[in-house]
Amino acid sequence: MSNANLVEVQGLKKWFPVQRSFVERLVTRQRDFVRAVDGVDFEIRRGEVFGLAGESGSGKTTTGRLILRLTDPTEGRILFQGTDLAALGEEEMRQMRRHMQAIFQDPYASLNPRMKIGDAIGHSLEIFGLAKGEEKRGQVLDIMERVGLTPASILYDKYPHQLSGGQRQRAVIARALVLRPDLVVADEPIAMADVSVRALLLDLMLRLKEEFNLTYLFITHDLATAKYICNRIAVMYLGKIVEVGPLRQVYTSPQHPYTQALLAAVPVPDPKARRKPPMPKGEIPSPINPPSGCRFHPRCPAAMGICSQEEPKLAEVEPEHRVACHLVTSSSV
Amino acid sequence: MNEPLVRIRDLTVVYKTRVGLVRAVDRVSLDIYPGEVLGLVGESGCGKSTLGTALLRLVRQPGRIADGEIWFDGRNLLALSEEEMRGLRGARISMIFQDPMTSLNPLQRISDHVVETIRTHKPQISEREARQQAAELIDRLGIMAERLDDYPHQLSGGMRQRVMIGLALALRADLIVADEPTTSLDVIVEAQFLDLLKELQKDFGLTILLITHNIGIVAQLADRVAVMYAAKMVELADVEPLFAGPLHPYTQALLASVPNIRLEGDMLKIMQGSPPDLINPPSGCRFHPRCPHAFDRCAQEEPSLAEVRPGRWVACWLHHT
Repeated sequence: MSNANLVEVQGLKKWFPVQRSFVERLVTRQRDFVRAVDGVDFEIRRGEVFGLAGESGSGKTTTGRLILRLTDPTEGRILFQGTDLAALGEEEMRQMRRHMQAIFQDPYASLNPRMKIGDAIGHSLEIFGLAKGEEKRGQVLDIMERVGLTPASILYDKYPHQLSGGQRQRAVIARALVLRPDLVVADEPIAMADVSVRALLLDLMLRLKEEFNLTYLFITHDLATAKYICNRIAVMYLGKIVEVGPLRQVYTSPQHPYTQALLAAVPVPDPKARRKPPMPKGEIPSPINPPSGCRFHPRCPAAMGICSQEEPKLAEVEPEHRVACHLVTSSSV
Repeated sequence: MNEPLVRIRDLTVVYKTRVGLVRAVDRVSLDIYPGEVLGLVGESGCGKSTLGTALLRLVRQPGRIADGEIWFDGRNLLALSEEEMRGLRGARISMIFQDPMTSLNPLQRISDHVVETIRTHKPQISEREARQQAAELIDRLGIMAERLDDYPHQLSGGMRQRVMIGLALALRADLIVADEPTTSLDVIVEAQFLDLLKELQKDFGLTILLITHNIGIVAQLADRVAVMYAAKMVELADVEPLFAGPLHPYTQALLASVPNIRLEGDMLKIMQGSPPDLINPPSGCRFHPRCPHAFDRCAQEEPSLAEVRPGRWVACWLHHT
């Protein structure tokens, strides 16, 4: 594998078995699965911000959790710096986790309410045996300064509820960075913040990325925000990637009808640019029995006969920009 | 312009907390005209939702309306008995909240919700006629007829919000207060819902108070926009002039920090500082500690909301004479 890729995801699948009642178990042997992630390939390059966008149920969060190996894949491989994560034992995986950290949406939920902020940030240093006592405190104060949790020596002894929402999110960022990871998986890191705080946090994340040579996997439903941080972006729909490419290309010339709809649906803060209907009809169908062929075909305004029969493969439409749509593949023939 | 449907005058809502009295809405005045969509924007804690609940007299303990007047169709709501108020809620003023599950009865089918609402509004109508009307209405909302007998939990969030709009329509409510109606929806479903709302608003001449933190939605839907900061109304204007040239430095900073998917350039403007503690709000203009244009007077005297140009209201010393 090329050294430019920090992460390579190959044929990744995650199927969750659907709970069945006792009677159902007696009557049928057939098991249903939620195909949360259903065959996904992509790579995250060293030093980039790779966006994973989609609506709820698209599988973007599960993909992030698989990369962190917070859940095990049903199929497929995840290579992190060339090592297959699935092949690692528990202890090896634990060591590997130092290099990959997560930031989640809800800073309340990810901070222990009974732990002081400083202790929460420094906890992982102790767990990995990297620092303790005064040394730990020093490293924690340093990272707190860098993420703008100041005055650090005072905030160190505060509890989460004594901080503002923005400060809590900074604490979560500080905790992720204290181990000096290579990869940060940020799942809707700013979705709960107010508009003005969002801009601040985005700016902070970009600055820290330079300072610590980070690579981000940025998972979001908000394409407007993604525009300000991502270098490349993949759009997911029902467990599949439908389009992937450099952000600029995907945004200025989206090829998949779903990507087009998703981009058009974002409310533009300009009353002179009011969107005209229509939007695609309906909502994301159940991932238990996803539609045949292209999963978007029942809602697609441009669906053809082939779309319900054959699943389109990702194909390159211009360098780096790949789309899984029969319209694109058939017109280029 | 015609007579306003709602006139809010010097409305103050306070919350009692352990550390002191918080003025969540502080002497706010606002008119809502029939047939308009008035967008009410601001960040969390600015008082926009409290204003919406006050309008329905639904402020819960430990909060209460401390002062002011709310005139609705010629009556001061604050002088009505609780029973008279109950008659107005739902019937003439409808509410749509972020989570429609809280407003729908989980044990009642969608059709029964609509039929019951129609019959409350028109008691003389027969059950059969009401069912007929309910079916037409549901169709108008883009909900398939076969979903009529579903229970609320069987519908998606977008469908439930459609039902809420349908109930408001069935009642021919004069005013719809919509508080973050699309915040829990995915972006395509949100866009579908906003399209429907826009269409129904036009066809039925609905009056909507749209409370949201989402500046994009306001730009897409509102006729006029009111901006709140720290319990105060700071700016009020028609939507186009407001976005083209916001007057209040807070509105300017707020609009500049909103991501715009269409714009070239990849940096957002950052607003320094954070909103003040409402137990001890700053003196003078509440935005002055964060304002790049603040001068002496801003810290000493509070600017009132004044009409500086026809239809343009702003509470800022830069624009007052």
